[in-house]
Amino acid sequence: MVELTGHLVPLPVVLPLLAAGLRLALGRRWPRLQRVLSVTTLSVVLLVSVLLLVAADTHGPLVVQVGGWAAPVGISLVADRLSALLLVVSVAITLAVLVYSIGQGMVDGEEVAPLAIYHPTYLILVAGVATAFLAGDLFNVYVGFEVLLTASYVLLTLGGTGSRLRAGATYVVVSLVSSMVFLVAVATIYAATGTVNLAQLAERLAELPPQLQLVLHTLLLTGFAIKAAVFPLSAWLPDSYPTAPAPVTAVFAGLLTKVGVYTMIRTQTLLFPGGSLDTLLLVVALATMLVGILGAVAQTDIKRLLSFTLVSHIGYLVFGLAVGSVHGLSAAIFYAVHHITVQTSLFLVAGLIERRGGTTSMRSLGGLATLSPVLGILFFVPAMNLAGIPPLSGFLGKLGLVQAGVAAGGPLAYTLVAGSVVTSLLTLYAMARLWGYAFWRSPSLAVAATPGTVLESPGEPALTSAYGPEETVGPASRRTVTGGATTLGGQAIVTTARLPRTMTGATIALVAFGLALTVLAGPLTAYCERTASELLESGDEHPTLAPGGDG
Amino acid sequence: MTVLATGAATTPTLALVGVIGVLGAVGTTLLLERSLTRILLGVVVLSNAINLLILAAGGPAGRPPMLETQTTAPMNDPLPQAMVLTAIVITLGVTAFLLAMAYRSWQLEGNDEVRDDAEDRRILRAAEHGDLRAQIRAERERLARAEDDDLRGTS
Repeated sequence: MVELTGHLVPLPVVLPLLAAGLRLALGRRWPRLQRVLSVTTLSVVLLVSVLLLVAADTHGPLVVQVGGWAAPVGISLVADRLSALLLVVSVAITLAVLVYSIGQGMVDGEEVAPLAIYHPTYLILVAGVATAFLAGDLFNVYVGFEVLLTASYVLLTLGGTGSRLRAGATYVVVSLVSSMVFLVAVATIYAATGTVNLAQLAERLAELPPQLQLVLHTLLLTGFAIKAAVFPLSAWLPDSYPTAPAPVTAVFAGLLTKVGVYTMIRTQTLLFPGGSLDTLLLVVALATMLVGILGAVAQTDIKRLLSFTLVSHIGYLVFGLAVGSVHGLSAAIFYAVHHITVQTSLFLVAGLIERRGGTTSMRSLGGLATLSPVLGILFFVPAMNLAGIPPLSGFLGKLGLVQAGVAAGGPLAYTLVAGSVVTSLLTLYAMARLWGYAFWRSPSLAVAATPGTVLESPGEPALTSAYGPEETVGPASRRTVTGGATTLGGQAIVTTARLPRTMTGATIALVAFGLALTVLAGPLTAYCERTASELLESGDEHPTLAPGGDG
Repeated sequence: MTVLATGAATTPTLALVGVIGVLGAVGTTLLLERSLTRILLGVVVLSNAINLLILAAGGPAGRPPMLETQTTAPMNDPLPQAMVLTAIVITLGVTAFLLAMAYRSWQLEGNDEVRDDAEDRRILRAAEHGDLRAQIRAERERLARAEDDDLRGTS
């Protein structure tokens, strides 16, 4: 049984790549069959990931040496508790988003030129994420990153419209810089130790002089922090995510930053387990939480608001990681799982909102709770979850982090505990504000709210006034707003009173998954505790070189 | 693995380090430009600097890393070369994508400048509008006051 599941490890990487190739080869023929192919592939990958999770939990880490080359030279794929858990959640998310985007594509009748590449690219993105999670050496983590980033460049600029190119330019250049920093780190680490295998690195890095360790450590963390959007390096995210199509933004929000966090966890626990730079990470985590959420409070566009909450809540993950205890780390892992799910659902709901209301600008929306009660519920549950209202999983995750912070003690940890509570409250405020504008006020108010009248109301930041006189004429001008309603290909959306059933279904499934995390919080927390203690206690026995793994 | 010269024990040539430094400086400067084409050139130059860095990490050149040869002279480390090949392929793909983006941007807007974020500009303009409105309001109040004074003066 162990042998058999061991052979499953490369499948999450191989299957999506194969399916992507097949879809590219088939081109535009048999669209229905192709959709079935994509969904089936991801379903199988989900099943495989769950098997890996169970096997990694019961039998310990699974290792496969790709091509039969022994570990230090060859490529090893490792599925331990952490990577298996994140893999399961990521694949579940991507499956839901895939169904959602298929629904959107069917409604908009989009199987035309730029969209023929959407599904293959999406599958390659999944393969890249899986590679980054499973890679057993630093260079393959880099390759995984590049695969997923290159796929994300294509997805972000899908359709090649002006606003997407503008957002894409920022995103591509920033991602390139982060990849280069990472590659410099890989090269220097290789020069210093003569290996890129994670298990060997754990031993050899510890023997280096502390100054050199600090340089390498900082290089790695800088590269990963850009990808994870940790505060001083987070400004690119709210500028680039909102213009992408809703499903793309949703999957980016769920996965890309979390892959960065995953590598940060590996860096802190496996490569440099001494807890150096923990203080720096704590300070940075506090800044990420507060600056991110203050940005969110100031936004009027739903997608931008959600992008800022995304940045802000990355701070929680870094907080848990930087506390350095088993409890902190396990809470951070739990929070990562929760946050992937909730943030993705919220972005999917934002997509539904823009389909129903024709815009994602809060000022132009209103009365959605009466117009579409389903949409109201679908937004309300993950929004409260994000804000951390008991008994939802967001509350449990935050509680775990606060407990870990209090247990760690010291002025800095207490400041962070306070900061995280404030951030949680401000998240609630931002969500309540969004709810009040888009869902609760009378629809007539929203329609009547021409930019001129909003502008005169006291105390409001007069953002709408700044579109310029030529653009502020009527409802039609809302289409020019960034993050406005556009299809996958970038054309203006046709709003419908009835939401497409496939899209709603996928969103409901994801929200239900988020609720399931709350119900299953007990077993999940126990699993996260086991993961964290595995990471922290047996740091120098990374399984890549374990004798049983030579397959 | 013990046969291979590892970077830990040896040092690369100084010339290589110099080239890496110059390429890195040139690449970084270009990367900070506004035009996408220049950024693209910066990316190409900078990634070449990093490729050389990886090669340098393998230590000084030795004999070809083939197991059949009989000499005992130290072999070249083949791993950095494999890594550099991968990195080159990735850079090629990214370069192609950036070129396409620069071309598309030129098609749409007639230039390939990386623009400011729309929201940032909007906030800036909103602030300017706010200032302007405050000025107008102040001016109106001043005029109204002057008018009042005039009326009072004539009655």
